[in-house]
Amino acid sequence: MSAIGPLDRPCIEPEAKPMQYAILCYHDEKVTCAWSKEHDDAVMAKLGAVMGKLERQGKLGPVARLLPTTAATTLRKDREPPLVIDGPFAETKEQLLGFYIVDCANLDEALAITKELGQANPGGAYEIRPVGVFFPGKAAS
Amino acid sequence: MNDNGWISAVLASARPQAVAALLRQFRNLDAAEEAYQEACLRALKSWPRNGPPRDAAAWLIMVGKNAAIDTVRRQSRMQPLPADEQISDLTDAEAAAAEQIDEADYRDDILRLLFVCCHPELPATQQIALALRIVSGLTVEQIARAFLVSDAAMEQRITRAKARVAAANVPFETPGPIERSERLGVVAAMIYLVFNEGYTINGAEQGVRAPLCNEAIRLARLLLRLFPAEPEIMGLMALILLQHARSPARLDDNGAAVLLQDQDRALWDQRLIAEGLALIDKAVRHGRPGPYQVQAAIAALHARAVRPEDTDWAQIDLLYGTLERMAPSPVVSLNRAVAVSKVQGPAAALAMIEPLSAKLGGYFYFHGARGAFLKQLGRSEEARIEFDRAIALANTPAEAAHIRLELDRLADGGGTPGSKQKPEKISG
Repeated sequence: MSAIGPLDRPCIEPEAKPMQYAILCYHDEKVTCAWSKEHDDAVMAKLGAVMGKLERQGKLGPVARLLPTTAATTLRKDREPPLVIDGPFAETKEQLLGFYIVDCANLDEALAITKELGQANPGGAYEIRPVGVFFPGKAAS
Repeated sequence: MNDNGWISAVLASARPQAVAALLRQFRNLDAAEEAYQEACLRALKSWPRNGPPRDAAAWLIMVGKNAAIDTVRRQSRMQPLPADEQISDLTDAEAAAAEQIDEADYRDDILRLLFVCCHPELPATQQIALALRIVSGLTVEQIARAFLVSDAAMEQRITRAKARVAAANVPFETPGPIERSERLGVVAAMIYLVFNEGYTINGAEQGVRAPLCNEAIRLARLLLRLFPAEPEIMGLMALILLQHARSPARLDDNGAAVLLQDQDRALWDQRLIAEGLALIDKAVRHGRPGPYQVQAAIAALHARAVRPEDTDWAQIDLLYGTLERMAPSPVVSLNRAVAVSKVQGPAAALAMIEPLSAKLGGYFYFHGARGAFLKQLGRSEEARIEFDRAIALANTPAEAAHIRLELDRLADGGGTPGSKQKPEKISG
């Protein structure tokens, strides 16, 4: 087996493209919405310190803080035409599989984009939630 | 937060739902409150040891009900009770069996609780006090402080309000659609009242009243979660958020009111503005306009203007015109006159408010606005008289301080024509 030298082995160390992970944030909105501005700012500052470190390490991709679910609209695309519902996605039989971030002039434009995506991939639903805070990040992709 | 800070946060957020369900059970505000208090005491004992329940509201409702039944038994039969440990273990097991409660399932309970607090038989001051005590869970001392009255006076106000509610016999059946929509309107008005009570500019007391604005926002969020597809509730939430966003810029260092156009817009809270704009955007899609949506749309136009001169006054004039038709009031017409002065000039605005003098003669803002229009027209002497009247009618030191500033500018030679307007009561 001497013919198979180190070069024939798959190289998994430094050159390998790192796996990207999405970290999804869950909490009780009734609690977080009741935070005082001071408490909220303090939490954001603590998170900012962690994010700053990740950013310096080149590990941080985009970060978004979403506005409360009361600002959400849901498009059910399991029927034709799709159904627009006020409020967040509330079913438990479907799972979160991905997300887009799009720049739109208003909710109408966001809904038009969502409907187009829905035509490309019917079934399930999209929840459209305005983004409150956005850091583009600079992780190598 | 201390070690058990999370418990207070969870208890506070579960409170409206728990008290609402207990009110349906006991049909009496005092009994519901006592049962809730007892459940909270047991939570403070049990949760640090056992961890938080999966559904805090369901736990509190179950434990509160059982605690109240225990009390009744104790009083009627004087039987020895099982040890406290045994009771909590029993109730914990029952609560765990309870299905997680969706807020929407308790929609009519919470709406009833809110509605009971703002029953039409209650004067506005009692409505606000009762809602803050029962729904928000503020202590009598906290509410008394916000209203600048003694604890004893506030205690009495709340006791009277409870007695009136009990006498009013609010029905406990599930309301029909018309009844529900009527209740929703009354509750929305009460929440806006709570907000305005906190938002009224009153200088040094501002810090004391700020909690009222935060409570109003919490109540509006609660209502909107229960009725996510009601455009007027979206409008109410948007209106409150957009106005509250300007709070940091509304007073100068001396505690005088700062007009919208003189405010440092960098101090406006952009996160609240983003949420408000998203909600009004969402509401408008329904094509069912109402007074809250129109007022929120006006506030949104101010929020969108990066500089005061970017403000779309023509659109604001149109929106006030719409509001005049939906909810006619001389105060709305007065606000519209400010937009008219920007679009057509002070002469048109002055002519527009003349017919209002009979109704608004005792109103601070009327004389402030009239003074400002006269000043812009160079009629300084008449302006001075109007400003003097305004000071005499000022509700708060901050309002008076602002008008005194106007008078100083007049004394300095007329100030800067066209740069001063009255504060807007509705969108200011």
